Order: sequence, then C-alpha cells, then structure tokens
Amino acid sequence: MKIIDLVNKLGLEILSGENGLNRTVSGGYTSDLLSDVIANAQENNIWITLQTHKNVMAIASLKDLAAIILINGNKPEEDTREQSNIENIPILGTKGNAFETSAKIYELLNNE
Amino acid sequence: MVEETISLQYKIDGGDFKKAGYASSQIKKRLQKLNIHPKVIKKIVIALYEAEINVVAYAYDAVIRIEIGNETVKVKIKDNGPGIQDINQAMEKGYSTASSKIREMGFGAGMGLSNMKKNSDKFDIKSKINEGTEINIINYRINIKNENN
Amino acid sequence: MEVKEVVSILNAKVICGKQYLDKSVDFGFASDLMSDVLTLDADNILLITGLSNLQTIRTLEMSDICVVILARDKKASKGMIELAIESDLLIIETEKSMFKTAGLLFEAGLKSVY
Ligand SMILES: Nc1ncnc2c1ncn2[C@@H]1O[C@H](COP(=O)(O)OP(=O)(O)OP(=O)(O)O)[C@@H](O)[C@H]1O
Ligand SMILES: [Mg+2]
Repeated sequence: MKIIDLVNKLGLEILSGENGLNRTVSGGYTSDLLSDVIANAQENNIWITLQTHKNVMAIASLKDLAAIILINGNKPEEDTREQSNIENIPILGTKGNAFETSAKIYELLNNE
Repeated sequence: MVEETISLQYKIDGGDFKKAGYASSQIKKRLQKLNIHPKVIKKIVIALYEAEINVVAYAYDAVIRIEIGNETVKVKIKDNGPGIQDINQAMEKGYSTASSKIREMGFGAGMGLSNMKKNSDKFDIKSKINEGTEINIINYRINIKNENN
Repeated sequence: MEVKEVVSILNAKVICGKQYLDKSVDFGFASDLMSDVLTLDADNILLITGLSNLQTIRTLEMSDICVVILARDKKASKGMIELAIESDLLIIETEKSMFKTAGLLFEAGLKSVY
C-alpha cells in the first residue's frame, strides 16, 4: 500500500513532503522514544508518534522511513517541514490518537 | 460542624527520578482514607505528580504542603530552582525545554503545566528567575457519602 | 473485554496481578510519554507502552489505570513489580510492537478513548 492510499482511506492531513506520497509502506511503527525508533524501526515503515521534536525528521531520514504521522492534532515546526520537503518524507497529521491510528493502519495493511 | 484541617508536608529532591512520585503516592493513600470522591483524588494527585516530576526535572528541591479541609484541598509546591522565564509560554501545550534524558524517561511533551491547570479548580503559578517557582492549587472537596444527596 | 482475553490474543506473559485477570477493560491507549497518559479522563483503560521504568507504574497509580502492557519485549524491573503489587496493578509483557499490539486489540473489540 502507498502512503497516498493511507492518506485517502484515513483522511490524514498532508502537512509536508508531498513529493514522497507515492512511497510504498512496509509496515507501521508506533513510538515516542527517539532512541527506540533509531534502534527498532524498519525501512519504509510509517512512524506514528506524538513527538514534534526537530530530531524526528533526522531519524526518519536516517532510518529511511516512508512517512511520519503526528497524532493528537500536533503540527511540525517550520524547519521540520522544510526538512521533510527536502527529503521527500511526508509528515501527515491526524486528530486521532496512537492506539486508533495504529490499529486502523494495521488493519488496512493486513487486508491488502 | 467544626472545621478540621489536616496539614501534610513533604520535601522532594531535584534530579532523583527514581523517587519521583513517592510524595504523590503517599498523599493519594492518605486522601483515600478520608472518604473523598475518587474523581477528586485523581485530579489532586495527577496535578501533584506532574508538579513533582517538574521539580525533579528542572529544580533543585521543593516542599509540598497539603491542607485538607472540610470544603477544599489546597496544595502548594514551592521549589528552589532556576525559575521560569515566560510563564505563558511554559503553560502552552507542546512547549518544553526537557533534555533528551527526560524525554527518554517518558516526559517532556510540554503537557504538564496545562494538565495541572486542567485538574485544578483554582490554579496559580508564580516564578522568580534564579530563585524558584511556586504553584498553588485548590480543589473543592466532594465526599463519597454526599454524592447522592 | 476481560484482561485474560487480552493475554491470550497477544500470547503474552502476566508478570503480576494474576488475581485480577477477570477484570474488564473498555479502552486501549498507546503512548511512551507519561504526560500524555496523565491527561486521560476515561475509566477502564488498558495502557500499551514501550516505556518501562518506575514512572510507568507511578503514572498508572495516579491515573487509576489498572493494566499495562509492556510492548517491544520490555521487561518490568523488580522495583516496578513491587510498586505494581502495592497498588494492585497488572503488568503484562509482550515481545510484539506497540503498533501490532494496538492492531490486534482493536480488532478484538477494545475501543479508542477519543
Ligand atoms: N518547576 C519548574 N522550574 C523551572 N522550570 C520549569 C518548572 N516547571 C516547568 N518548567 C519549564 O516549563 C516547561 C513546560 O513544563 P510542562 O510541565 O508543561 O512540560 P514538560 O515538563 O516540558 O513536559 P511534560 O510535563 O509533558 O512531561 C518545561 O519544559 C520547563 O522549561
Ligand atoms: Mg512537566
């Protein structure tokens, strides 16, 4: 499944990095601990988090993640958006929480 | 009815993450013995615990004072510490100066102060740079027995 | 959903609070940040987290949450177990990720708090 499909099916808001929306998602990773994401997220995972800290983009790029979903209506800072546009790694937004967002993506990826 | 006030006092040290929450836990146990409604207890201890974590994360030490009266439960947390430069900014959801160590401990989302306010019927915070921060919280007391009256 | 059902769906390990396996939970919540958990209002919440330290247990205690799933193969320390027993809490460990744990439990009927 492509990121754009998840965006459409779940009504996610595209906050930045639009050029990366055609990447294929390999799975999901839900975490708010940066060190954990560095250690355990897999390539092309979509990362679900509450963290808006500027390091999230650096980590997404380091781990070659497909996209980041910010939950709870959180918004990235301006320099994080810029970085996302440069790296073509989309940042998406939802008002939902991590439990619900993760579960719905899990379901969509599983029924592919 | 005679106004009876129970006063409790605890000292907390900055920097000691292992002990954070001990005072809040003791106070919770004490409140539970007094017939106070669990929803009210939850509000009080959540605000207190957030305050305790902030002291551990940002200040040197602090004193917590609780006054449990017939009508209200008052909580004062007064710390010695760096103080807060801009209180309005600190109260904003998402604003945080937490170190990466604090973030890896499960805090530093910038939600604590606003959550303290949410859990208080009256909330007041004042701070002096290089001296410290003082938070005063008042919650109205609702007793379990009075609930159905 | 009864906690024992959660345990069997995840094929998870119960570390303490076995006597409370009949308890029922309505809502799931997934977070590694305790300040996030501390903002919840609902009752009968089950917390899924990858944060395993004493503050995880303190947060449950203050929030009146009785059940925690430590995901990502995180282990409860001796100190955590002691605190949990003192407050009548259930600790469950699973090697599954938070993502997958949320997926499986939602599918089985656990609701979202908002
Ligand atoms: N007692 C204090 N002394 C000095 N600075 C403080 C104190 N309490 C809070 N602050 C400052 O205010 C900011 C916001 O505090 P708040 O509790 O809202 O969020 P946080 O502690 O950063 O994260 P969270 O509470 O979500 O874990 C802190 O990052 C810190 O800079
Ligand atoms: Mg705080």
